[in-house]
Amino acid sequence: MSVEQSQVAGIDVGGTFTDLVLFDAENRTVRLAKTPTTLDNQAGGVLNALDAAEADIAALDLIVHGTTTTTNAVLERNLCRTGMITTEGFRDILELGRRTRPQAYGMKGEFKPIIPRDLRLEVPERMNAFGEEITPLDETALAAAIKTLIDDDCEALVIHFLHSYANPAHELRAAEIARDLWPNGNITIGHALLSESREFERGVTAAVNASVQPLLRRYVERLADTLAERGFKHDILVMNGNGGMVSARHVSVEAAKTVMSGPASGVMAAAYTGRRANIKNLITYDMGGTSTDVALIRNAEPAVSSEIEVEYAMPIHVPMVDVRTVGAGGGSIAKVTAAGLLQVGPESAGATPGPICYGRGGELPTISDANMLLGRLNPARLNSVPGGPSLEDIAKVFEEKLGKPLGLDATQAAAAVIRIANARMADAVRMVSVSLGEDPRDFALFAFGGAGPLHSTAIARELGIPKVLTPSRPGITNALGCVVADLRHDFVNTVNRPLHMLDIDTVHALFAEQITEGHRLIAKEKIKLSATQEIYSVDMQFIGQTHLLRVPLPGPKPTIEDLQSRFEKAYFDRFQVELPEIRANLVNVNTSVIGRRPEIDLSLLIDAAERKPTLADAKTGSRRVWFDGWHETPIYWRDHLPADATIDGPAIVEQMDTTIIIEPGDRAEQDHDGNIIIVLGGAK
Amino acid sequence: MTIDPITLTVIQSGLQQVCDEMDLTFSRAAFSPVIAEANDRSDGIYSAVDGSLISQGATGLPVFVGTMQYSTRTLIEMIRDGKARAPKPGDIYIVNDPYLGGTHLMDVRFAMPVYRRGEIFCWLSNTGHWPDTGGAVPGGFSASATAVEQEGLRLPPVKLFKEGKLDDEIYAIICSNIRVADQRIGDVKAQAAALLVGEQRLNRILDRYGDHVVKEAISELRTRAAEQMRANIKLIPNGTYTSVAYVDSDGVVNEPLEIRLKITATDDELEFDFTGSSKPCMGPMNSVLATTLSSVYLAMRHIFPDVPISAGAFEPLKVIRPEGTFLDAQYPRPVSGCAAEVSQRIAEAVFSALVEALPDRVTAAPAGSSGNFALGGHDPLRERGYVMYQISGGGYGGNADHDGLANGCSTIGISKAPPVEIMEQQFPVLYRRYALREGSGGAGLHRGGFGLDYEVELLRGEATASFVMDHGRFGPPGALGGRDGKPNSVEIRKGGQTIVPEHLSKAQDIPLRAGDRVRVGTPGGGGYGDPYKRDPALVAEDVRLGRYTQDEARSYFGVALGQDNWPDDDETNRLRLAASKG
Repeated sequence: MSVEQSQVAGIDVGGTFTDLVLFDAENRTVRLAKTPTTLDNQAGGVLNALDAAEADIAALDLIVHGTTTTTNAVLERNLCRTGMITTEGFRDILELGRRTRPQAYGMKGEFKPIIPRDLRLEVPERMNAFGEEITPLDETALAAAIKTLIDDDCEALVIHFLHSYANPAHELRAAEIARDLWPNGNITIGHALLSESREFERGVTAAVNASVQPLLRRYVERLADTLAERGFKHDILVMNGNGGMVSARHVSVEAAKTVMSGPASGVMAAAYTGRRANIKNLITYDMGGTSTDVALIRNAEPAVSSEIEVEYAMPIHVPMVDVRTVGAGGGSIAKVTAAGLLQVGPESAGATPGPICYGRGGELPTISDANMLLGRLNPARLNSVPGGPSLEDIAKVFEEKLGKPLGLDATQAAAAVIRIANARMADAVRMVSVSLGEDPRDFALFAFGGAGPLHSTAIARELGIPKVLTPSRPGITNALGCVVADLRHDFVNTVNRPLHMLDIDTVHALFAEQITEGHRLIAKEKIKLSATQEIYSVDMQFIGQTHLLRVPLPGPKPTIEDLQSRFEKAYFDRFQVELPEIRANLVNVNTSVIGRRPEIDLSLLIDAAERKPTLADAKTGSRRVWFDGWHETPIYWRDHLPADATIDGPAIVEQMDTTIIIEPGDRAEQDHDGNIIIVLGGAK
Repeated sequence: MTIDPITLTVIQSGLQQVCDEMDLTFSRAAFSPVIAEANDRSDGIYSAVDGSLISQGATGLPVFVGTMQYSTRTLIEMIRDGKARAPKPGDIYIVNDPYLGGTHLMDVRFAMPVYRRGEIFCWLSNTGHWPDTGGAVPGGFSASATAVEQEGLRLPPVKLFKEGKLDDEIYAIICSNIRVADQRIGDVKAQAAALLVGEQRLNRILDRYGDHVVKEAISELRTRAAEQMRANIKLIPNGTYTSVAYVDSDGVVNEPLEIRLKITATDDELEFDFTGSSKPCMGPMNSVLATTLSSVYLAMRHIFPDVPISAGAFEPLKVIRPEGTFLDAQYPRPVSGCAAEVSQRIAEAVFSALVEALPDRVTAAPAGSSGNFALGGHDPLRERGYVMYQISGGGYGGNADHDGLANGCSTIGISKAPPVEIMEQQFPVLYRRYALREGSGGAGLHRGGFGLDYEVELLRGEATASFVMDHGRFGPPGALGGRDGKPNSVEIRKGGQTIVPEHLSKAQDIPLRAGDRVRVGTPGGGGYGDPYKRDPALVAEDVRLGRYTQDEARSYFGVALGQDNWPDDDETNRLRLAASKG
């Protein structure tokens, strides 16, 4: 039994790199690989990563895969040709949206609907809001519309009728007819992914699903075939945006759920790492070259939202880990505004030309360049770029573009860029936590991504966050998320009844159904589990409100009084407002059923044999680093740190995929898994 | 002492953050969908001396840019003159009087002094749109009101919270005068909670940097915002720029109201002169001064979105008080239409005047109406009364970069429209269509965006329909040779007849029975640039997508299309050549 699923590979395809983590539980080893992502067919990069890690594919028990196939397709609008059939009078719902504009100020802006107008056809049919039939489904018109879309070379079909959440009969019948006519299985019906009112959101969710479904299906089939040829004997599992995984055979049915899966797996890894480190409330801070992702983890569970908008007017309303993209990345450009104020971002140098220090032709000062000038990034890296810029070249740009107008020298200008960037990012992180009803001071910061650990302690200080945790392999966090991911199914049922008119037995019955269905789905996947777990909650509001507040429940059999008191408490905690005058309303009943996988020993991520006996042995040198003045600062190599290393700032820890700054006055310690935990002001 | 520019930036974003958190708190805790969903609210920090704007939340409704500084200033003056009670720590004033620096009665302002060492350091204030404040019609938008008393309960600045405690006597008076009063306590507490959160956050900044440093930063930021606006204004060549914008009617007298605007650019300042605009009107399309000023500011911010919102940014914008016109209404003129409609016509006048001087930044006119359709009645099935609001978007103006957006929200708002499914759940109506209004975008090199075309049927009982819309008489003007967008249209179909309201875009209490229908077409955006220069392939694409007919392609754009909607190049050239000669 114990050898079952002993070799587990997590493979995450990112924008630039494909990362792999391979755990071999039996031999207690870990192998890592980072290979360039192959954009045209991500499977190439996946195989390269497996080969780079010298993996014996035939011996692998489990491959968990995070793919950006659907993410890229949506963001770049490289979608399959998809047709929509909808209620007569309503074909423009996808194009009209909810009547907004892309930004509060500025009357410009464009919006391109996911399905073009000529591929959105109408048929006579209508339900009312109670789910009663007003106009029967015109099956002849429907068949004709289906044929038109087939003749128009559509590869996928959406059937989206008004009020199908209240009565799906017409959608179901239409799907039945479509299945006989449509040349493939790519049919999405509106209420299947999201059985809630709001025709625009439901329609877009269904349209996204349909228009990425064939792509995802083709991709996972090709990958499965290629891996099978190399001897892999099992199903691949694919990551979903809710942080759980599903087998490749089923994943394309609900393809929309994979759209935000990349950032979600990073957050899952953070939650897992935090749980093992006994730091269960975390704010994740994943800072890369162009942007920064922030998410909140309470009691080792990532916050999940069903109301995520992927971009302007592109809502995908399925439960997903609530990852917010905020402010700046390493490539954010600093400039002096017409008002003579230093501003960092929102413009970014991106990956090309990138910061000046990349040596790819970037000429504008960025956050990364400021880090380089201040000695926080290793200047030796500049030498690795043939014909690239020198430190002096970068200093000259800072002096010209920022220093002169502000009356500062290059170093002061760089320090100012870092200070402002940190303040801005701290504000953004704070807004994320406040909007989720939390005070950041109750959390630790989990820093990853190439640039996260460079800025995390400064941001934590701004926010009053006491601790920063940097995992042992911050550059492969998403791949690690694949390895530690659980099976997960989320259920939402709408009740929408005031508490004083609620039949509590219905609520208990709904919970019971959700539990049964979750366990049934989990049993379908042939995966070894250590345990299953249910998470219960209800969404509530005061009568008359439109916003919902999620109220966690300890079990599936709450009493009415229980619901009332838990809601009141949650409301007060959140808003500091008591409203005894107004009655409460129960809107949704939610259960997540989670199949936990066997524990993975994260301490294996750094090879014990690499560790040196003393801190002095782990030191690679020292250099001048700016912390409100220049400090000669020791530099350590992460993999060489002794297991019980304690480092007081100022110090810098370098590793293959990131640089960790320990500021003066702070203390860094390693825990049993090799995480570095920086306690602000903890130096003796 | 001078503050270093870095600390300045940090304090600036700190103050911004205070306001953003107030916005967030207000919306999340509020009860009214108007506030919670539509964000029809705003929060800011104001000077203790004269109420001038220090910082305002980024997600506040644009029409409130600048209004609260006038209400705060008025409050400070009234306290000084003994017309309002002197403040104490923990007091929160409530005021909705339009003539005391407001908009319409429904926009209720709260103001709270922030004390440091016994002195008022600054004021925090917010505005929230209450769903009802009493008056002749539910919701307050009476198209036929002739005096403010018909529009609702008017509150001078009084302390609703006294040293932190709600004054339940004042609150009882308010509740006895408004509809659906039982839920208002939720909004009141949310509005007050937002101010308290703001105070807490602001105190933290003051403790960290010192009151003196923050005070200095505020004054320096004001200077710099003014400089930034001045630098932008220099992009406009010296000279005068004029425009005229029309409000269809005031809802009572069926004559158009004119906004005559002359903008004079002198180096780094702009002067806005509304002389010659229509006299104050009988109906509710009057604007109070604060709203007129705010409309100018918000239009300029749409043009230069990068200047932070503060009193400094407004300094180089000199608005000559439009005394004696409907843009400077005095008691007791009715004003319910000023925030939603007149404000958008003022912004349009600013856009139209400046589009030639700033062709890259300014767009042709957007639909510029909130499209307010209110249906009030009794639902026999649910045995209760209701008031339904359908607020709609319209097409945006074409611009230098691209075609206008379809179904964009009002110029002065940023709110989402409710879904059809939610409307049908809540009210006894059935939508027969909710569609793109074909052919409505004004032709141009870059055409205007399309409006909305919806038709709604009353299912049960009886009801009355009211409309406060605009641009029914004239469509949103095109720019630089572009054509106007299609005007707003309203049709009521009852008993086999089709009725068009006398005032086209405004009507009050039209009786409806089950089976009667209302069909509304919202305006398309104005076109930008010569439509005969539009790429025929783009015109063909619009026809292929059913946005224009072949005939419209020919007459609006001079593009002839053959079968399968492919452009007929020879015929197109002939048409366009003939037009250029002709």
